[in-house]
Amino acid sequence: MAYVTKSPWVVHYDGSSCNGCDIEVLACLMPMYDVERFGIINTGNPKHADVFLVTGSVNEQNKDVVRQIYEQMPEPKVVVAVGICACHGGVFRDAYNILGGVDTVIPVDCYVPGCAARPEAIIDGVVKGLGILQAKREAMVNGAKAIPAEEEAPAEEAPAEEAAAPAEETAEEIKEEGGEA
Amino acid sequence: MVIKVISVIAYLVLAPIVGCILAGLDRKVSAKMQRRVGPPILQPYYDVRKLFEKEKMAPTRYQDFYIIAYLVFLIGAGAIFFAGGDLLLVIFTETIGAAFLVIAAYSSNSPYAEVGAERELLQMMAYEPMMLLTAVGFYMFHGSFTVDDLVKPDTMAFLPMIGLFIGFIYILTIKFRKSPFDLSMSHHAHQELVRGVTTEFVGRTMGWIEVSHWYENIFLLGFIFLFFCNGTVWGCVIGALVCIAAYFLEVFIDNSFARMKWQFAFKSAWIVAIVLGMVNIFILQLVF
Amino acid sequence: MGTITFLIIFPMIIAFVLLAARSDKARDMIVYIATAVIAAGSIVCAIQYFGSAGEYFPVHGEVVGYLMMAIEIGLAVYIIYTGIKHKKYLASLLALVQTPLMIWFELSHGHEIEVQYNMYIDRLSVIMILIIGIIGSLICVYALGYMKDFQHHHAGEKDRRPWFFFVMFLFLGAMVGLVTSNNMIWMYFFWEITSLSSFWLIGYTRTGEAINNSFRALIMNLLGGLGFVIGIIILGTIFGTLELSTMLVYGSIYGDLVAIPAAFFAFAGITKAAQMPFNSWLLGAMVAPTPTSALLHSSTMVKAGVFMIIKLAPVLGISNFAGLMVMMVGGITFLFASCAAISQNNAKRVLAYSTIANLGLIVACGGVGTPEAVWAGIMLIIFHAITKSLLFLCVGTAEHHIGSRMIEDMDGLFVRMPKVAMFMIIGIAGMFLAPFGMLISKWATMTSFVDSGNFILVGIICFGSAVTAFYWLKWMGKLSAVVANEENVEQSVHKSETFVHVTLTILTVVVCLIFPLISMYGLVPYLEGVFGGIATGLLSSSNMIIMVIMLAVLVLLAAMFFGKSKKEQVPIYLAGVNKGDNRTYYGSMQKEVQFSLRNWHMESIFGEHRMNVIGDVLTVACLVIGIGAVIATLISLLGGVA
Repeated sequence: MAYVTKSPWVVHYDGSSCNGCDIEVLACLMPMYDVERFGIINTGNPKHADVFLVTGSVNEQNKDVVRQIYEQMPEPKVVVAVGICACHGGVFRDAYNILGGVDTVIPVDCYVPGCAARPEAIIDGVVKGLGILQAKREAMVNGAKAIPAEEEAPAEEAPAEEAAAPAEETAEEIKEEGGEA
Repeated sequence: MVIKVISVIAYLVLAPIVGCILAGLDRKVSAKMQRRVGPPILQPYYDVRKLFEKEKMAPTRYQDFYIIAYLVFLIGAGAIFFAGGDLLLVIFTETIGAAFLVIAAYSSNSPYAEVGAERELLQMMAYEPMMLLTAVGFYMFHGSFTVDDLVKPDTMAFLPMIGLFIGFIYILTIKFRKSPFDLSMSHHAHQELVRGVTTEFVGRTMGWIEVSHWYENIFLLGFIFLFFCNGTVWGCVIGALVCIAAYFLEVFIDNSFARMKWQFAFKSAWIVAIVLGMVNIFILQLVF
Repeated sequence: MGTITFLIIFPMIIAFVLLAARSDKARDMIVYIATAVIAAGSIVCAIQYFGSAGEYFPVHGEVVGYLMMAIEIGLAVYIIYTGIKHKKYLASLLALVQTPLMIWFELSHGHEIEVQYNMYIDRLSVIMILIIGIIGSLICVYALGYMKDFQHHHAGEKDRRPWFFFVMFLFLGAMVGLVTSNNMIWMYFFWEITSLSSFWLIGYTRTGEAINNSFRALIMNLLGGLGFVIGIIILGTIFGTLELSTMLVYGSIYGDLVAIPAAFFAFAGITKAAQMPFNSWLLGAMVAPTPTSALLHSSTMVKAGVFMIIKLAPVLGISNFAGLMVMMVGGITFLFASCAAISQNNAKRVLAYSTIANLGLIVACGGVGTPEAVWAGIMLIIFHAITKSLLFLCVGTAEHHIGSRMIEDMDGLFVRMPKVAMFMIIGIAGMFLAPFGMLISKWATMTSFVDSGNFILVGIICFGSAVTAFYWLKWMGKLSAVVANEENVEQSVHKSETFVHVTLTILTVVVCLIFPLISMYGLVPYLEGVFGGIATGLLSSSNMIIMVIMLAVLVLLAAMFFGKSKKEQVPIYLAGVNKGDNRTYYGSMQKEVQFSLRNWHMESIFGEHRMNVIGDVLTVACLVIGIGAVIATLISLLGGVA
């Protein structure tokens, strides 16, 4: 088993988000959800990160930033688009300066829809990403270059309604665990 | 001689294990203090293993050399300590290790790494007088700089050297990179200066840095142990207990204070060294 | 004896030959050959006398004595004249006081005192001769290339290089004379020549600043010279001797009484070694061309001052006022000069403050006066001479190629001048890092201070070494930064300069590797000779071996890994977008922003002015108390006799 799944460090980038999703991302770190249980740490440095959380859509100004953060992350790495704006542009999709979702600039491995995406859903998205991380790590070990993320992406893409269901489950689990603690 | 070799090997093997577990406990305790569940105890180990799995990258061709030198000298400092070597030599060897870490950060010419490196330098300047004074205090009390002699004296150095002990605990906060003095890089708030001195260390390099912290923490605790040695078993027991207590005191301090400005870190460390360290040295000179 | 006479006379002859040589080619030839001869001569001298416990030479020469006196009068007239010409009346006044005083003494009392041995050589002199002969010669070789560039940069001004090289060689000759004179009057003669030579070298450019600073150096050194004269007079009238060796012997007989003349000699040493409050002359000397600074800082001038104090060490010590004065002045200078170095940006000023600080440490070692302290002091002299000359010469070369001597402008020197940067980094490491010489000496200094029982000195060295690490490391970091897209401008470095750099770098490393041998065969026998008993409490041999192993490991690691990383090279992280050149990023509104990095000077804490004021006040207090106590003892003594 690859250790990368036991300690996914996250770098969080706010594209042109309304900050709704950002607050939910931060909520994941708070004692209520406490993602550090899974070894998740929010690092500010792409060079240390394994998971790239992007909130908000990509526009002309920040597309290079998103691309560069992605490039600066060492393999294996996954990109999680958080919120509907990051998934495909959301309500801003038709704005003059918006390119669309994050996948217009970099390959995205997991889509977490929602407006704003709920912490449970975000955690669920990251945990889904861990499977991809594992696969990428194995691919690295086998000598091949990491599997291009585009091939994986559609499989992970889920409509908002469907994504909500597992997210609810996660929430239940979390509540239970929190209760025990 | 055989004992020395065994203790060095034990240090090389056990220090990262104990250091790792202590680091894990640190995170667990911090989490509990914040009413969180916290990561598994072995989380630091997973982190390091993960870092070793990552792609190899570096900003320059020279970084590797500096980091290897850092590791060699830092671990070497601990090895000299556990081989019963000279306390001053241990401190100097550690300084050269720290110097290489700083140079490694500088060499990338990255603004964040450089600001981190300069803060690291400031911290070195802040804690070094106190460390040297502690060694001098041991020499004045026990008449020897070598750890060999310091672990088997007749009397416990703790009470006559209480000023130096408190001063040492004070700078231990800087050495452990704990708040309020986690200026150059911080273990918990991962956003200070991006990642301060370690900003440009990727994957495996970063992994080695973490491992070196485990080594460093253990031999710093060794310093505390020396305050309690008096040649008997219960002295060792007290020493070991105080080491653990000191470690968790630092964790407690870490979680109870906000980060201070560099001016405070520097001035307070020097004032502590002057007031507690120098006065204690003066008293030792008068009495012994 | 022949070798020593040769080493004194030969550079002086060469000096006059160089004064006549006008063409570059002739000068190059003469300097190359002469320096080779001097270096070889000093090595021969070392081989000849290193094994012996020390030899004394009678050298009977009424003629020599009168010749020296005549030259002294001539120099005094010269100083009085130039002092009046440049309206520096203090210099004239000091010369007007001390030379007649000296002549009067020589003709009245001094004449009656029989001097048995005018010259001597022991292991310390041999070490000094090696430093002067090898490092001084290397600096002269370096000066050839450097002064060509210098002349080029100052085109249109009169070519005064013959004069420059004249003074350089004169200096070397006088230094050898100084370290081998047993007769204090002879030593005084060479002492004055070195003062005057440095005056000429500092004022070389003849700008207003240069002339002012050269007079400052002259005045301070004449003040020291006055102390020297008073010391000689006391020594002659009270103890009836003029010999350094006899004085040291009396030290063990009359105890602290000998500290009275010693205090005045030490005062002379303190001015020459640029200790606070006299440090400003050495800083002022930075206006001169770099070889001058290198020469003054590493092998000559200031080393004469500390040599004097190390020589006097047996009669100093914690038990008498002279010793206390010397150790406190040295210690305080070490701490505050180190602190002041933090606030400096000019590389030469950083080097100057570091020199002052290290000399302070040596002076303090001499003041402590135990065999261990003297061991540390001599080690400091050796390592400091090599490393500091290397650093100065590197800065000089860098200055000519990047057009600045500011540390902030040395950004990316690692790319622009890789070799010079490497030499500089090794030099800096040599100044304070563990397996290198300076740290070994500092370590020994620390142990000896702890043993001396002066806890203030212990504190001073603990804080001082922390400060030292700070200012060296931030400079070293600046040098090691790999700044992308810089041009390599190293091709035009003169071969002679590179040769000197390489030699000094090798010396830095090799001397560290063989220092246990130097200690075993050079210093320990010397100390046994001077202090009688076997020197104990030195660094244990196992520690020395660990140091050597550490250095070997470092060299090995460098050979194996330096620059050999196979990792993929990636751009650095810059918030916003790194444009790809690692120097520019897109800021807000997509604007390109070029960043530059600056060092930390902590002006608010370690401001130069503040450190100097504190240091001056404290050292003046020490000097006043020390000299005052000595004079009081003298008066009571004379009163008792009467």
